[in-house]
Order: sequence, then structure tokens, then C-alpha cells
Amino acid sequence: MSTTDKPTVDTPESALSEEELATVAPEVMASTFGEYVHARIARIKHGESGALPVIVGLIAICVFFEIERSSFLHASNLVNLFVQASIYILFGAAETFVLLLSEIDLSAGFGAAVGAFVMLELNATPVNFPWWLAILGGLVVMAGIGALQGSLIARLGLPSFIVTLGGYLGLTGVMLEVANVDKTAVGGVITANGTIAKLYSSHISPTAGWVIMIVCVAVYGAIALLRQRSLANQGLSAAPLGVTVLRIAGVAVVGIVLTLIFNSNQGTSAIAIRGMPYLVPLVLVIILVATLFMSKTRTGRYMYAVGNSPEAARRAGINVKWIITLGFILSSVVAGFAGLVYASTEGSMSTDFNGGQDVLFAVAAAVIGGTSLFGGRGRIVNALLGGLVVAVVFNGLGLMGVSAAVQDMVTAVVLIAAVVMDALVRRRATTR
Amino acid sequence: MTDTHSLLSLRGVYKRFGPVQALRDVTLDIPAGKVTALIGDNGAGKSSLIKTVSGLWPQDDGQILWEGREVHLSSPRDSEHLGITTIYQDLALCDNLDIVQNMFLGHEPVRHGILDEVAMERSAAQTLKELSVKTVKSIRQPVASLSGGQRQSVAVAKAVMSNAQLVIMDEPTAALGVAQTRMVLDLITTLAGRGVAVMVVSHNMVDVFEVADRIAVMYLGNCVTQGPASEFTRQSAVEWMTTGTITKAVAS
Repeated sequence: MSTTDKPTVDTPESALSEEELATVAPEVMASTFGEYVHARIARIKHGESGALPVIVGLIAICVFFEIERSSFLHASNLVNLFVQASIYILFGAAETFVLLLSEIDLSAGFGAAVGAFVMLELNATPVNFPWWLAILGGLVVMAGIGALQGSLIARLGLPSFIVTLGGYLGLTGVMLEVANVDKTAVGGVITANGTIAKLYSSHISPTAGWVIMIVCVAVYGAIALLRQRSLANQGLSAAPLGVTVLRIAGVAVVGIVLTLIFNSNQGTSAIAIRGMPYLVPLVLVIILVATLFMSKTRTGRYMYAVGNSPEAARRAGINVKWIITLGFILSSVVAGFAGLVYASTEGSMSTDFNGGQDVLFAVAAAVIGGTSLFGGRGRIVNALLGGLVVAVVFNGLGLMGVSAAVQDMVTAVVLIAAVVMDALVRRRATTR
Repeated sequence: MTDTHSLLSLRGVYKRFGPVQALRDVTLDIPAGKVTALIGDNGAGKSSLIKTVSGLWPQDDGQILWEGREVHLSSPRDSEHLGITTIYQDLALCDNLDIVQNMFLGHEPVRHGILDEVAMERSAAQTLKELSVKTVKSIRQPVASLSGGQRQSVAVAKAVMSNAQLVIMDEPTAALGVAQTRMVLDLITTLAGRGVAVMVVSHNMVDVFEVADRIAVMYLGNCVTQGPASEFTRQSAVEWMTTGTITKAVAS
């Protein structure tokens, strides 16, 4: 009864217990925290394990690779790993939008390639758009692709598997055509120049990195604390203060560790490279904005509603067809960013782009992150974890010199394991 | 026959599908603040009546009066605007959303484009309290974790939240256990006590006689009789339902 995290409906006077919380000794605080932990464990037992198994799995994989190849946890490799991961993270986030709607987008990989080609060609001669207009142009094309596929699926009620399978084939063709538009693209390769290339090749200075990190953690901490105080003071559902503090501490630790990694020398002793590539904060901002959109806006909530029960959403007056179409548009646009990051890290776009494999990793990243294939369950931010797992597996196996064949097989096992876990959690949740 | 304070009245309502008459000459009064039980055998036209009143199947003939004024319910939106909410057996809840989110689905208050969770949680808690719904642990738990009776309560609270004047409940106690049924029946009584007109469609005679102020019997698309529940016995209600008429012996 003394908790503020669960104000029961029959005791709306829990504001009183909040006063206790604000004034009493930390021991009482700890008991609230303990109850929180208790509730957490109960949730895990009920199949609502959240991100925990993924984090444990990620650490286990990292330890394994570090034992096998001591270069795995070196700064240079870790930075490389984060850059690799950022592509999978964005693909995973893109796929999460449609998976939440209980749909799938198989065309995301080649869609991203088309978007990236458009960006690079708009940025290059003869068009010579400034970098931001070129990126915007590519994103508009992506939105168009999403709107077309989404409309076919939502308005005509076609299965997304088939429509986006068509998109997969069609966009492969479009990619080959687009690569031919530019006569300077010898052999279907077009180089990234200027700002687009610098997203990857330029680094934020170590000092600026520290400042940005500290500002981000401080802003997050302030918002989280104020929110927790305000909710708790009004007797509304809020996490115990201890949990909020712990979360802020966790974010700070992650921020410090990442900044330390990025600020250590990634180059050689002769030519030092330090700092965070610009694309890392770009990816984080995209994930943050997408996550907030899904959790804090009406449209985001409607996407969760439609994903769980289109009929309930329809009766609540929600425009289900538009929500589904919008899901595909957002998915496509985020996939466009993935294409941009890919082009920047490679320094070019080529028709060798493996969009088929990328889309599978996109689904893998989303599902490993905890997004359900059955719709309505998952969060965009989880793609961070999912993308990291995919990148770690790939990166580590690469370091071990394992053949491409084995890499594919291992990644497949990880994906299937994630889907099995999703199905088991779901079964457990329904038979409760 | 005509109640003076009838919220919704049907006068000679017909609904036809080709040669099939789903509703024929239905005359029915639903007063505010009362529980009206709509009973009848399978295929008697109960569902057709619900669909007509909720705007899904506009009537072919006859009048529908709302507070004495004629209205045209040609879409679910029309009914909603008047304040008619229909709770179907599937309840139309989203399992993945919590109680508060479900209660506000489609009507979320926003501040600067951001969902106003504080306002939602407050007023949801208030509504649940007014309805004496006490068994849920936290109003932030997902609907998937609720029992059948609790889900029914959330659906009712959602209707109250949207300022419903008439709540139509389709078989609210079907598939519920004893304690859960008790809870839902109490909820129905509380709801009517707030001045809301409640129409309950049910097969369960025990529940009907427990909760209903008025009873209306459907037979072959026609409303064959309606009146205060005290004028019916379980035996007479069953005879009305199965034969569409009543013999003197049972009536007395």
C-alpha cells in the first residue's frame, strides 16, 4: 500500500504515502525499491521479461568473442562495431513500425538502396543539390514508396508479405535503373561526397563529445526526475524514485563508457583518430524521435491499437487504413536513413548492395530487440539492442575469420531463437 | 404503452433483407436510469435491433425517437453523437494497451500534440471509482492481464467516459463465472443509478430478473411485449419468448 508505483483504484489517497516517501529515511525508500524489484521479477515470471534476456545474451556473446579474439573489445573494433550496428539499428527501427501493425516490409532493403542512390545522385553532378536537399529528396522518394505499398495493403486489404515481396523485386529493378541514370556511375558505383561522406569520416572532437554527452545525460536526468516527482506528488502511477535514479545512473554510465570508447585512439599510433563519427548521434536522434512519437502522440498510440485489434481501433473511431499506410511511410523513411548511413560508411553506393540480406537483418534486429511478429508489442528503441546483437554476431564472427557460409548460419540461428522466444512469451501470456 | 420519460423510442420499425423480415413493426421504449432487458430466442431479432439502434443497419420503415424527437441513425457515428454506446461480446478492447489507454482510445486529450497522460489517468481513476470498480490492482496494467468481468468493467467505464446516455450490452455475463457475473450485474445497477439508460441483451433468466427494471420480449422480429419486470415471472417470460404470446394460466 505504501508504494507510489501502483496507486490502486480503491486507494486514491496514495498521495499520502507519497509524503511518506518524500520525508522518510532511505531504508523505507529501499523497501519501495525492493517492491519494484519484486514486481519486476513477477513480470519476468509472467513472460514480460522485457529487454533483460537480450542484454544478458549480448554480454555473453561479447565475452565469448573477447575470449576467442582479444581484439574484439579494442576501441578501434568497438567503434567499427557501432557504425555497423547503426545500419542494422535503423533497419530494425524501420521494420518495427510495420511489425507493430502486424505487417511486414520485405522491400525495406532495396528501398533503402533506391533512397541512397537518389540522395547521392542529387548531390553529385549534374544536379548538384546541397547535401540537405539531396537527403530530403531521397527521403521523399522513400515516403512515396511507403505510401504506395501501404495504400495497396490498407485500402485493398492485400497481404503485406506479397505486396512488399513485389516491392522487393520491383525496387531491385528500380535500383539498377537509377544507378544507370548517372553516366559517371561506372559499373553501377557512385561515390558519396561532401557532407554525406563526412557523416562517417568526420569525427566530433573528444571535448565536444564529452560536452554533448554530459548535456544529454543532464537533460534526461532532469526530465526523468521532474516527471517522477510530479507524477508521484499527484498520486499517479510513477516508478519509485530509487528506480528513476538507477535509470539515470545507468544512462550516465553508458554515456561515459561510449564517450571513452569513441575518444580513444581508433587509428594508429602514427595517425591518431579520435572522436565519434557524426552518424552515431544522428542515428540516436532518429531512434529517440521515433520512440517518442510512438509513445507520446495519438498517432503512435493508434498504431499500437491497430496492431493489436484493428476492429477495436475502428470502433474507437480510428482511421485504420490511414494508420497502416502511415506505418509503411514511416518505415520507408527510416529505411531511407539506413541507406544514407550505409552510403556514408561505404563512401559510395553500388548495385552490389545486398538488400535481401539487409531486410532479413532488419527483421532480426527488430525481433531480437523484443518486437513481436504478431503486432502491437515492442518499442522502436529496442532496435538499438537488436541492431547491436546482429552487428556483434557479424563483427565477432568476421574477426574469427569464419566463412561467410557459417556467418549466415549463425545469424539465422540467432534470428530463429529470437522468434521462438517471441512465440513462447506470447503463448505464456495468453494461457495465464 | 408510451413511457413519459422514454430516452429512446422505436415506433413501427421495420428492417428487411429481401424477403426476410429481420424486424417487423417493432415498438419499444428505453427509459433513462432504468435497466431494460431485451430477451428472445435465437433469431428473434435481438441482434438486428441492436444493429439498427447502433446505426449499423438503418431501418427501412418506422420512426426512431430520441428524447421525443425523431432521429435518423444512418451510421454508427450518428448513434455515437447521440450518446448511444454498444458493448458487443468481444468488448473491442486492445489487449496490449493498459486500462487508461483503452478507456480513452480515440478520444485522447493532448497538450501541444503530446498525450496528456496525467489528465487521462486522473479521470479514468475517478470514473472507475464512481462505478465502484475495485478489483483491478493498477489502472496501468494491460487489459490482457484482466479477468473477463474486469474487462467488461473497463468496456463499461469506457462507455461512461464517452458520456454515453444509452449503453447497450450484448450478453454481458455470457462466459463469466459466478463472482464475475455478480460484479458485472452490480456494475449494471450502478450504471443505471447514474441516470444512464441500459439495455441488456441476455439469455440468462436468472441475471435478467436480478438486474432488469423492465423486460421487452422479441419473437420472430417483433417486440411482442414490454413492461416492468415485476409483471413477468420466469415462466411467463419463457412462454413469451418461445411462443410470442401468453396463456391465461401462466399470466396469472
